[in-house]
Amino acid sequence: MLELINVNKAYAGGRRVLADLSYTLNAGEYVAIMGESGVGKSTLLNLIAGLDTPDSGEILINGVAISALDDDAATQLRREQFGFVFQAFHVLPHLTLAQNIALPLLLNGATTEYVQQMLEQVGLQGRGDHFSRQLSGGELQRVAIARALIHRPKLVLADEPTGNLDPDTAHEILQLMRAEIKSNGATAILVTHSHAAAATADFVLNLTKDGLRPARSEQLA
Amino acid sequence: MNPVSLSRWLLAGEWRAHWLQVTVALTAIAIGVAMAFSIHLINTAAFNEFSAASKSLSGQSDLQVRGRKAFFDEALYPVLARHDGVAVANPVLEFDVAIPGKQQNRNDHKLKIVGIDMFRAAQISPDLLGLPAEGKTLDRLADDAIFLSPAAMEWLQVEQGDALQLYAGLQTITLRVAGGLVRARAGQRVAVMDIGAAQWHFQHLGVLSRIELKLRDGVNHAAFKAKLAEELGEAYWVTEIVDQEKRIANMSRAYRINLNMLALVALFTGTFLVFSTQALSVIRRRQQFALLRVLGFTRRQLLRQIVTEGGILGVIGSLLGLALGYAVAVLAIRLLGGDLGTNFFPGVKPGIHFDPWDAALFFTVGLVVTVLGSIIPALEAARAKPAVALRTGSEDTAMAKLSMPWFALICLLVALIFTQLPPVFELPIFGYLAIVLLLIGGIALMPRLTAWFFSALSAQWQQRRIGVVSTLALARLANAPNQAAIALGGILASFSLMVAMAIMVTSFRISIDHWLGRVLPADLYVRAAASGDLQADAQKAIAGLPGFGRVDFFRTQQLTLDVNRPEITLFARPVDQADPRNTLPLTDDMIAPGALPENTMPVWVSEAMVDLYGYRVGDKVTLPVGATPSEFLVAGVWRDYGRQFGAIQMQLADYQALTGDLSINTVAMWVRPGVSLDAATTGLRQLPFGAALEISRSSDMRALSLEIFDRSFAVTYLLELIAVVIGLLGVAASFSAQTLARIKEFGMLRHIGVMRRQILAMLAAEGGLLTALGIVLGFLLGWSISLILVFIVNPQSFHWTMELHLPWNWLAMIAVIMLVTAALTALLAGRWAVSGEVVRAVKEDW
Repeated sequence: MLELINVNKAYAGGRRVLADLSYTLNAGEYVAIMGESGVGKSTLLNLIAGLDTPDSGEILINGVAISALDDDAATQLRREQFGFVFQAFHVLPHLTLAQNIALPLLLNGATTEYVQQMLEQVGLQGRGDHFSRQLSGGELQRVAIARALIHRPKLVLADEPTGNLDPDTAHEILQLMRAEIKSNGATAILVTHSHAAAATADFVLNLTKDGLRPARSEQLA
Repeated sequence: MNPVSLSRWLLAGEWRAHWLQVTVALTAIAIGVAMAFSIHLINTAAFNEFSAASKSLSGQSDLQVRGRKAFFDEALYPVLARHDGVAVANPVLEFDVAIPGKQQNRNDHKLKIVGIDMFRAAQISPDLLGLPAEGKTLDRLADDAIFLSPAAMEWLQVEQGDALQLYAGLQTITLRVAGGLVRARAGQRVAVMDIGAAQWHFQHLGVLSRIELKLRDGVNHAAFKAKLAEELGEAYWVTEIVDQEKRIANMSRAYRINLNMLALVALFTGTFLVFSTQALSVIRRRQQFALLRVLGFTRRQLLRQIVTEGGILGVIGSLLGLALGYAVAVLAIRLLGGDLGTNFFPGVKPGIHFDPWDAALFFTVGLVVTVLGSIIPALEAARAKPAVALRTGSEDTAMAKLSMPWFALICLLVALIFTQLPPVFELPIFGYLAIVLLLIGGIALMPRLTAWFFSALSAQWQQRRIGVVSTLALARLANAPNQAAIALGGILASFSLMVAMAIMVTSFRISIDHWLGRVLPADLYVRAAASGDLQADAQKAIAGLPGFGRVDFFRTQQLTLDVNRPEITLFARPVDQADPRNTLPLTDDMIAPGALPENTMPVWVSEAMVDLYGYRVGDKVTLPVGATPSEFLVAGVWRDYGRQFGAIQMQLADYQALTGDLSINTVAMWVRPGVSLDAATTGLRQLPFGAALEISRSSDMRALSLEIFDRSFAVTYLLELIAVVIGLLGVAASFSAQTLARIKEFGMLRHIGVMRRQILAMLAAEGGLLTALGIVLGFLLGWSISLILVFIVNPQSFHWTMELHLPWNWLAMIAVIMLVTAALTALLAGRWAVSGEVVRAVKEDW
């Protein structure tokens, strides 16, 4: 599903964040990536999503080198095959919840009938006409999850999805996200600092300056 | 760290990060202040210079005696010279003469001649004494000598000792330039000669224009003035210098105030821009301010911080505006003259003087409006609950407080009431206030109208399958109406003002064009070049020319009916008694043809006479026509765009019967079919006095009038353009500020697969839809304002009415330009929205 081949990336100031990074993620796998702040976790997600380009190396999504695509093609790929969940939710305040969730469907020219069902799945039935200002943080993240999955993406990228939530709500959201991702058969990468969050993944990788390595059990303790 | 340092840091950080918005706001304030200040400087300079030039001709007299007509019998002079309490009486004859070879420019072909008694003038008007060549002092009394001001010498291209040809009635006379008038003001074209010689050469024997009086020490001026007025009776006015100043001020007051109002409109648009810039800046930083509140910033500190920002913008912008305004004024005076091309202050070459008090006033106006523009958003930010403000999505809620439909409706209602109120001090003060209230009310109503309109549109469109771009654009406009309304306000303010001015100017121009057709029905108009008279033999010669089917003779003269007002014009001409509408451009206000009582002398008065002198149709009025004042019946009101201070038309036969004056000064001539105008003109020129005639084709006069009209409104177009530029700057500032505030939204959209061009399309759609609504509403608002300008401001300022005409093609063109410009502006402002920055913005909490 996702292949990282000798990916290198340095910041504009010259500081290298990713060096010769290689990894292969199979379809349907749900992986958590942990690592110290500044090690390049979010940069890695941006590279995978085609929002940034590596200095060298290749990133293949189902065999397609995303860094070789022009902006339109990369956007098209993202639109069809990617789902995103952000730490800060990013639910558009001027759209209703149903409209927010329907955005990927509209982008893909698909029908929006499935939105009500998705609202029910994330526990927000009957609230499709509400606006973001009427929701709590946990509810906003449910909307974000619904939006990330509504168009049945092949790869879901979640960057600290519970960073803004209390532990109980975070637990609820993580369970919901896992269940939805699994029921969709999607592949998922969860970037987090939280061991509890990481524990909901199939396995955990640790990103260091030496690359992606499976986390040892003591690191997860 | 003290609070001042923190305040400085916050300010410096904000301005460094958003220098473009700051620059736009500064530019708006500076342009607004500059326009208002420069127009004030130009008007003041031109008016002061014109007033000073007029006063220099009157010298240092205590009182002046004038006739109700332009000239009066000189027999009054010895009476006044011997009057108790009079120390010196100075007789003056003042008139204009035409210059051969200068007739091609009808607005600039005359020289003012002042005839003085040198011995008397030396005591009252020493500035008027000519400086003869050395050893030729007696030239001041010579009957062939004339003294010219430097500006007159330059204009006539003559020097001391040269011969100067002038028209005197139908003849040409030659005088000797005996010297200069060294104390004449810069640009003042005036000539001085001995009064006796002036009376003789220019056919003014036995008459004077005024007698200036210097009173003996200890004489009570007011009591003497009242006593003298009583003694002289209604045929004369006894005035002081202050009356003359009032009269000069009255002449141009409406014009000056209208121009100042237009400049203030530019300042108002600038103020709105400052408000929108500040409001959007506060919204963008709402979470920052909430954090500062959490960290311990008090409400008062926050309020002070935001108002200080506005204040500093106001100080810098106003100072820049003063400097720019001064430079513009100097340049405009140099290029266009003191009256900006309108010929309101002819022959005046003013210099701009920097008055620190005036500058302080305009600086304060600029500063106050800027601070006022900051206070509403500052209050909102200070009152916001930090916990709420820290959350994203609360921005539009914050702006909801700016949506004040009740306030808007009250403004509109009060504006409506103001349109019904009469002028104050003969100025349309309530008319202008109504315009301001309409603008404020219209803009304040925008959030509600925007939400209503786009919600309806969005609901309508949702029933169809529409794309993501349309969904996003419409949803934002419908659900974040307050932010949209701020951008809309800039468009609304500038477009409505432009529509209003365009409708007013077009209505005025078309009305004038129609009017010219009515008042210039003949093919040719002939006058004695020196504004002199055509006597019976000349009239007979003209009437006897072949080639003309009809010849009408007119007699025009100036009358003073109120010493504080400029003179009115009396036209004596043949008027079709059976139906005066065949001769005059009458309004509906008239006595029906045939209903005129017998044995009355009818007069038809201009609209200004109704406003300024209270004349009503059916009134009996007394006018100083003839040896003693006579009674006339006001038979109708006619429209006159030529004389805003009043004019009266009467039958030539009545005039001649009352005065015994058979001379005329204008001839209207209709050529027979098949006769060319060239041939007709040649016939006139071949008369013995043909060279001294001013012959004008009505088509040329019409074209010239419209040319003068267009020149007069050039400055209006300039101000209009500036208001629109400021409005577009406002659009740019609003869109760029909103784009910055929405960077996380764009970042998220880019993540989920919205393409760059789709984001740009969304921004262009938002900009286009918003501008389209702004244009529609701006048209309605502008049309309403134009009704006030056409039916209230113009009649109350200039005392004339006009028909309403809408320049549809021009309005459509401007609407399209505005639409395209605003959409492009939104696109340009949105270039950030598709940069790499937005991708990273999703990581930011704020």
